[in-house]
Amino acid sequence: MSMQKRWWRRAHLEESLFGVLMRLSAVVLVLALAGILGSVLVRGLPAMSWDMITKAPEGGFYLGGGGGLLNAILGSLYLAGGGTVLAFLVSLPIALGLNVYAPSSRWATFTRLTLDVLWGVPSLVYGAFGFLIMISMGMRASLGAGILVVSLLQIPIMVRGMDEVMRLIPSGQKEAAFGLGATKLEMARAVVLRQSLPGIFTAVLLAFGRGIGDAASVLFTAGFTDRIPTSLAGPAASLPLAVFFQLSSPFPEVRARGYAAALILTVLILIVSGLSRALARRLSRNVVN
Amino acid sequence: MDSHISIKDLNVYYGANQALKSVDLEIPRNQITAIIGPSGCGKSTLLKTLNRFHDLVDNTRVEGEVKFDDIDIYAPDVDVTEVRTKIGLIAQRPYLLPMSIFDNVAFGLRIHDMTNRREVKGHVEKYLKLAGLWDEVKDRLTQPATSLSIGQQQRLCLARGLAVEPEVLLGDEPTSALDPISAKNIEGSLKELKSQYTIVIVTHVLRQARRLADYVVFMYLGELVEAGPASKVLSSPKDPRTKAYLSGEM
Repeated sequence: MSMQKRWWRRAHLEESLFGVLMRLSAVVLVLALAGILGSVLVRGLPAMSWDMITKAPEGGFYLGGGGGLLNAILGSLYLAGGGTVLAFLVSLPIALGLNVYAPSSRWATFTRLTLDVLWGVPSLVYGAFGFLIMISMGMRASLGAGILVVSLLQIPIMVRGMDEVMRLIPSGQKEAAFGLGATKLEMARAVVLRQSLPGIFTAVLLAFGRGIGDAASVLFTAGFTDRIPTSLAGPAASLPLAVFFQLSSPFPEVRARGYAAALILTVLILIVSGLSRALARRLSRNVVN
Repeated sequence: MDSHISIKDLNVYYGANQALKSVDLEIPRNQITAIIGPSGCGKSTLLKTLNRFHDLVDNTRVEGEVKFDDIDIYAPDVDVTEVRTKIGLIAQRPYLLPMSIFDNVAFGLRIHDMTNRREVKGHVEKYLKLAGLWDEVKDRLTQPATSLSIGQQQRLCLARGLAVEPEVLLGDEPTSALDPISAKNIEGSLKELKSQYTIVIVTHVLRQARRLADYVVFMYLGELVEAGPASKVLSSPKDPRTKAYLSGEM
């Protein structure tokens, strides 16, 4: 066999080996997702009813009585929605600061490091931290406190997500705006914001998903209640905690409701991510690739 | 010679590296000046001192004097955005703003406080015509700029640069990413524009310098070796280094 032929065979073998490995890992991932969705569907669907999403728990709900999960659905939407809005208001200026006003400065490196460390902090620690501060201020578990702690949890995710896409913008594109006599703010609006818009959406979405799915950060800070949240000062229920409490019940019909809560949470996340992806696509018409 | 930009004892440092060494240069008004020289000789560095692009990079230091008419553009009381408005840049490859074709040109007008829609529209049309792009885009102005071919994109960048009405146009190898026909179009535009603008281009294509330049600057290892009218420098260079470069020995 000639040298070249042997080389071809080796290259071909390598290619197919890695091709197979890649497909295998994709299959594993898809199976995991399908497994989760499937088990949530199979176990949760029987407990699903119109009442589940339109009513708050009634007496004896946790023993199998009537009512639904509207308290937790609304609570979760308020907590994650409020947290996401707050986190966005903080994160966008930080991300712009890192990329427009102080790129490659020591301050930027330090900020990125801090955010990466914060990203790794378990959400339970955020919850405990929030709880300590609340105690010192004599506050009780409330929707407002929950929103604050959820937003703290979301900020590192959001900033780093935005930061990564903003860093990909070629310097030539920024110089194009500067070359026309744009100030930093004008450049940021014309180039950085528009160019990274799809990425900003993804970052917000990631953070929303993290916020709405997290149980530990709201356990101490937002508490849990069977009432529908009406004020920032009162406690609020959330879906992850509804899952947690009901899955640990000895009654099978209550455990099934735990799965129903998980199903609702999953569907909510799917809806929000679908909507924002569609919106991001519409808004990214002019993005330069 | 009527000089538009006058450079005295200019030194540029990238960290500890000295990229430009004591450059003195007069750039003539309403002519095309071509900066030539081998890679890494400081051509682009010299060009970027003219619109203060080195400000954008940390760890870069510029010393010396760059006078634009009689204003030292590095003086502390000079507004850098104003410098960049008066001295436009066409980059090596077209860097589009993430906007429509129309907005790419209108952006520069809007940031300089042109708010009247009709006025903006008129200017956009005028400069797209000047850059020779109008007929190709007049029916698709709201489409993304990315829908243009790369040659059209570079002409869009030219129109965008012209629209803020600079006095000087800088070109950093403005045709190097283009196909021969698009390159010819850009060269043609530059030739037409020189009656109204002072043009400075960096090029590594000697033939382009011969075709375009009225005035030639030869750089080598961060030093300005020779500068003068194109006819003189290109046909009878004084310095042996210029001779070597022009004959392809460098």
